[in-house]
Amino acid sequence: MTINTIVELRGVSKSIHDHQILYDIHLEVQNGEFLTLLGPSGCGKTTLLRLISGFENPTTGTIFINGKSVDGLPPHLRHVHTVFQSYALFPHMTVLENVAFGLRCQHISKQEIDQRVTDVLKIVKLEKYIQRKPEQLSGGQQQRVAIARAVVNRPLVLLLDEPLSSLDYRLRKTMQIELKQLQRTLGITFIFVTHDQEEALSMSDRVVIMHEGGIEQIGTPRQVYEKPQNLTVAKFIGEVNIFDCDILSIDGQHITVSIQGKKRIAKSTHPFAAGQRAHLLVRPEDLRVWGQSEVQDSSDMFPGVVEEVIYKGTTVDLMVRLSNNQLVAATEFFDEDDDRLEYTIGEQVWATWLSGWEVILPYEA
Amino acid sequence: MKHNSGFKQLSLSIIWIWLLLFALLPFALVTIASFLSHSDTRLIEPPFTWINYTQLNNILYLRIFKESFYIAGTCTVICLLVGYPFAYAIAHLNDKIKGVFILLIIIPFWTSSLIRSYSLITILKPKGIINSTLIWLGFIDKPLALLFTNTAVMIGLVYNLLPFMVLPLLTNIERLDNRLIDAARDLGANRFTTFRRIILPLTLPGILSGCILVFLPAMTIFYIPDLLGGSKSILLGNLIQNQFLIAQNWPLGSAISIVFTVLLAILLVIYWRSMRDKTHQDLL
Repeated sequence: MTINTIVELRGVSKSIHDHQILYDIHLEVQNGEFLTLLGPSGCGKTTLLRLISGFENPTTGTIFINGKSVDGLPPHLRHVHTVFQSYALFPHMTVLENVAFGLRCQHISKQEIDQRVTDVLKIVKLEKYIQRKPEQLSGGQQQRVAIARAVVNRPLVLLLDEPLSSLDYRLRKTMQIELKQLQRTLGITFIFVTHDQEEALSMSDRVVIMHEGGIEQIGTPRQVYEKPQNLTVAKFIGEVNIFDCDILSIDGQHITVSIQGKKRIAKSTHPFAAGQRAHLLVRPEDLRVWGQSEVQDSSDMFPGVVEEVIYKGTTVDLMVRLSNNQLVAATEFFDEDDDRLEYTIGEQVWATWLSGWEVILPYEA
Repeated sequence: MKHNSGFKQLSLSIIWIWLLLFALLPFALVTIASFLSHSDTRLIEPPFTWINYTQLNNILYLRIFKESFYIAGTCTVICLLVGYPFAYAIAHLNDKIKGVFILLIIIPFWTSSLIRSYSLITILKPKGIINSTLIWLGFIDKPLALLFTNTAVMIGLVYNLLPFMVLPLLTNIERLDNRLIDAARDLGANRFTTFRRIILPLTLPGILSGCILVFLPAMTIFYIPDLLGGSKSILLGNLIQNQFLIAQNWPLGSAISIVFTVLLAILLVIYWRSMRDKTHQDLL
């Protein structure tokens, strides 16, 4: 455990009624970071959060908060607070009473409570609404009260359980920025749960990708997007085209592979052996699609037919059916040098990518 | 659409006619009767008079009012203290067992409350189940005097009225959002604080409706004090019943009923105002 670790999970697993929800989780959360638990619903991310907050106890393993084991410690004695998905604001209390609730439980002097509540309500821009009841506030305002109610207690860690999922798209975007700014201002460690990969990538310092009760990969948004450790991560984060390939030869980091009968040089640090099968992954934005007339040498390109053209303003998304019948997605950006982004459905094209922009992963059946 | 609104009007008029005939009309008759006189030959007759009300300003009647309020109030408090934990426990059982418990609460309603009160006599009497069990166990030598005491009346009232406390509480507690309790615990509230500041205020509507449903009948169920209290306990319900059926003094009986109704109406108004004006939580 490093000196800067605020929460550590050591070999934590959780079963409820013979149903295993989490398997052998090892995780260290750094003080002050914005960490996101990302995974599809049912992957155990909310359970993980409830283990840290103390609403559930691990079946095996130990959780440390600020260097101390919190085995058996009830939620109200842990210095972590949760922003619930439903906000769980107390309907019979005003905004002021809701936010002051935690402080009143600690028997802090009235002046200090007033001061801290006023300060935090200013930060979340709700100082005008202190006498309102939760039902008189909009969704975004309720969300801010929920955050204010938790951070006013200056928790060591703030746990956020899909707090933005019930907001509409536009408000969610605004709240993402506000949350990120708030986290920087307060310097509190955030553990944020979401199933929205875009949200995870845009807000987090580090992302923990979870799948079926286990951790698949931990890394910065850039690492998990550009260097996924396995197919599950690659498929979950963003769109990806997956080609099956055979490894022909290896020369240091340069690997010669054969895809659909074409030879290509790829880069990987993964210890592959010649003759192995593998997956080669290319993101749609890395896939280039050329018209027949633009190509002289098509030796490492894949022929296909445009099946769908989706104009999106800043990009054009293409669906291309390759000659082996595989459907691939390509995202072409408009830029100054390339004014030819006119594709028609049924057009014969060549698909390719720059060597080194792909990812090669061991074959998974 | 036209057919539909016709049906709506028909059903509404039935309800209105029902209320007029069986609630408002009898109440109006009782109100009129309370201002009339009576004689040996006629139950009610003119002239109009205040005497039935002035007569009530008598230490005997005032004591009965006070005693009735006291007994009904005690019964309500006991029902609340017993019913709240009971309802809370049932609300947190799993659905299957919960159904069984709710059935157990409702089953007694299938038998007349009068018959159930008679059967209490066999339990409470000197050679009844309670006394013989206690003697057999050696706790007491002589039978306790249970029957025909205020204790027996209280047992009968609580036994009969407890479901009216438990059912509204149960509905209210089941509706309570458990995530709010999680949130309170998360924010550092221990179990007691969570109960006092979250659970209690949010179940207050259930508590108040339960109290009203217990308190009102407790004042007027005349046969329970009659059967279990012997002649010693005269409560408001018995007083009204006596005036109508035994003393044959309908005007006085009506006047007592009206005073009682007005008092209850005042209580109900206080209840509605406390519900509407949501600051009631701050009182707790």
